[in-house]
Amino acid sequence: MTVPLLETRALCRNFGALAAARDVDFRLEAGARHALIGPNGAGKTTFINLLTGVIPPTSGAILMKGREITKVGQAQRVKLGIARTFQINRLFRRLSVLENVYIAVAERVGAAPSMFRPAGARGDVVEEAMQLLATLKLTADAGRRISELPYGRQRLVELAIALGLRPQILLLDEPAAGVPSAESHIILDAIDSLPRDIGVLIIDHDMDLVFRFAERITVMVSGAVFATGSPREIGADENVRAVYLGRAGHG
Amino acid sequence: MTPSGVRWADHPAAVALAGRHRLRAWEPIPWVLALAFYFVFPKYLGFGTELLITILFAISLDLVLGYAGIVTLGQAAFFGAGAYTVGMLAKRGIWNEPITGLVLAALVAAAVGLGSGLVLLRTGGLTLLMLTLCTMALLEEAANLAHEYTGGFDGLDSLPIAPLFGVFEFNPLYPKTQYLYVVAVLFVCFVFVRTLVYSPFGQSLTGIRENTLRMHAVGAPVRGRLVLCYTLSAAIAGVAGGIWAQANAYVNLGTLGLDRAATVLIILVLGGYGRLYGAFVGAVAYVALSHFLSKIYPTAWQLGLGLLLVVIALFARNGILGIIEAAARRLRPPRAAS
Repeated sequence: MTVPLLETRALCRNFGALAAARDVDFRLEAGARHALIGPNGAGKTTFINLLTGVIPPTSGAILMKGREITKVGQAQRVKLGIARTFQINRLFRRLSVLENVYIAVAERVGAAPSMFRPAGARGDVVEEAMQLLATLKLTADAGRRISELPYGRQRLVELAIALGLRPQILLLDEPAAGVPSAESHIILDAIDSLPRDIGVLIIDHDMDLVFRFAERITVMVSGAVFATGSPREIGADENVRAVYLGRAGHG
Repeated sequence: MTPSGVRWADHPAAVALAGRHRLRAWEPIPWVLALAFYFVFPKYLGFGTELLITILFAISLDLVLGYAGIVTLGQAAFFGAGAYTVGMLAKRGIWNEPITGLVLAALVAAAVGLGSGLVLLRTGGLTLLMLTLCTMALLEEAANLAHEYTGGFDGLDSLPIAPLFGVFEFNPLYPKTQYLYVVAVLFVCFVFVRTLVYSPFGQSLTGIRENTLRMHAVGAPVRGRLVLCYTLSAAIAGVAGGIWAQANAYVNLGTLGLDRAATVLIILVLGGYGRLYGAFVGAVAYVALSHFLSKIYPTAWQLGLGLLLVVIALFARNGILGIIEAAARRLRPPRAAS
């Protein structure tokens, strides 16, 4: 068996008495299109926060390509190639769309510490940021402030920033939440056209999106992995239907 | 999907980003005014010197507060550190050459900024605000107690500052030399700060201000950047303090006081923070207002200033420059979306 891109072993995280992650054993293979689903409060976002180093685990280990990164800091994990988007937009609201992406690209290529050259003099960074905006059909909005954009467009910037980091592992926390259905295909297309060797983990409640996108699905309930399998297996699993999918039918 | 041959550098947003650091037509105005003042008001050069030093000090605050979003009430700690460095070295006859004296003032203030920043910037919000205040109060009390070196409450006066370039005397009664010297130092420091805020480093500072969490998520060493910014700002405040001590030939506890720190904060809020020129506009407005108000209401003039601040905080968060920018946007036809 090959070494997975990202792996967790018996990962636990407690918030006081609440176990937000319980003995999570998880594997994200190279080139995976993996979805993480589960009812609200199942610990999906906590899991992403653990993977990206926002919060430390109570116990257990995280490995990237077989190397333990449990103690590696947040910024360092980004340098290793783990990027994420946020469930709720976290953007530089008073800066332009281009500047938002510029910041991410500049950080990746190591331009950010430079103090004595104008930001615009890094043509390579500007160029790459503009290219990214073009692939997400944001070119027309490049000069606008984030605060002037509709929410759906802001979601695209959220994705553009993560892509600007050229990750090997991309963690998408409800990327299409709040995006009008007319525009959600832009996000899906962007995800579809990612290089195949990137491992993508997506959290979403939209089952159409999940079943269209995912080649593998993990169901999480109350902080623990409830089931893992192909979309066909998960869709046919009676227990999963009972705890989660069944709800879609009711409401 | 991209037509081949399209260069993104030609897109208006890319052009704006590439050109935002270029000198705008109005930018020489403050310097022309500063030099004109020298010739038009030779009797008020002492006042002018004080004003320019205040602007320099406000610029140092703008870097941390306006750009990096570090809320501080203790910026005078660095002003005082610079002032006492110059004062003590000169009084003891160790060092009194002005320009190198400013370099020493900057270094000492930067060291204080680095040391306190490493501890303080682990916190944020109200905790950070209080800790900056504490740092300043500690320094002030230390200066008060160590009167053998600092002169204590009386401060150090009649500092023997050497002539500039060995030629131009600092005459306290007719401060021509001081004025031009301060103009030059302000200019150098301003160019430094201006270069910094338009650089990728400056861009990352605004990123931290706008969304710290996201900056962590793009892999930025957030605390390191903040500490560096805090240290640089402290160095500039130290230069302001050092030059104040040189220009006045004395130093006292007031250089480390809350009064000075609060005044410069008011100036920045009044002028508009995070805007480079807010320091200029705010300082002039503050001085003009206090002069005007204290003439009408000699006993309660600060009340008028307070009321104005309330109005600014409620209706014009970006200060006087913000009002001007908003007006300019209305007058100009909206930019066509490409």
